[in-house]
Amino acid sequence: MRLLERRGERLIVHLPVELDHHCTEELRREIDRILEKEPVSELEFDFSGTIFMDSAGVGMILGRYKIMRALDGRMLVSHMGAQIRRIMTLSGIQNHIPLEKEEAL
Amino acid sequence: MKNEMTLAFDSISQNEGFARVAVAAFVTQLNPTLEEVADIKTAVSEAVTNAIIHGYPDGVHTIILRAVLRDRTVELWISDEGVGMEDVKKAMEPLYTSRPELERSGMGFMFMEAFMDLVQVESAPGIGTTVYMKKTIGEVKQGG
Repeated sequence: MRLLERRGERLIVHLPVELDHHCTEELRREIDRILEKEPVSELEFDFSGTIFMDSAGVGMILGRYKIMRALDGRMLVSHMGAQIRRIMTLSGIQNHIPLEKEEAL
Repeated sequence: MKNEMTLAFDSISQNEGFARVAVAAFVTQLNPTLEEVADIKTAVSEAVTNAIIHGYPDGVHTIILRAVLRDRTVELWISDEGVGMEDVKKAMEPLYTSRPELERSGMGFMFMEAFMDLVQVESAPGIGTTVYMKKTIGEVKQGG
């Protein structure tokens, strides 16, 4: 499955089953390559296929948020499951990053 | 009931997934809830990732993971013989990271402490680091 999908100026990242340090390395490079050379105003992290995330995933998302803010763009997350939601809440991401409301299926 | 296992594996990032799945499979004997399994997997992932990134920044070495089940309690030791830390307290501070260039969030120990009942770290420069974690399965949390 393609992890990255362009829809106009939106870049949708279909996150892998497990978002840990091992897979964030490569994913980060791929996302940043697109953000550097193509016009992206919205970055969406789609968690529909993801059942696990740890602090490495949080770091990757925070880092992309900083980039989107520098680009005057916005970021949103969609389809978070229970484990992902707990990590998001605990990390306090919601307090610092105005993540857009979760989109309906 | 007591049951114990020890794993020794290379400090490569592929083994982060292996380590947490192995521990998750081992603790199923205690009939944990899905949430308890997720908690333990996250804590293991954090400790093993730390050993790979911070313990052994140069080259591939061995990480030892020991798990002991006793009645309803799981105890874990994740050890490396890497660079170690001078200041464990600082390393455990929320949002502190020694490697900001790697986009580390500084939340690793915070997650371990949130998801396990007890986290203790023993470390010495040049000797290595052991993270000890303990969690009782099936315990009703007091005050969340």
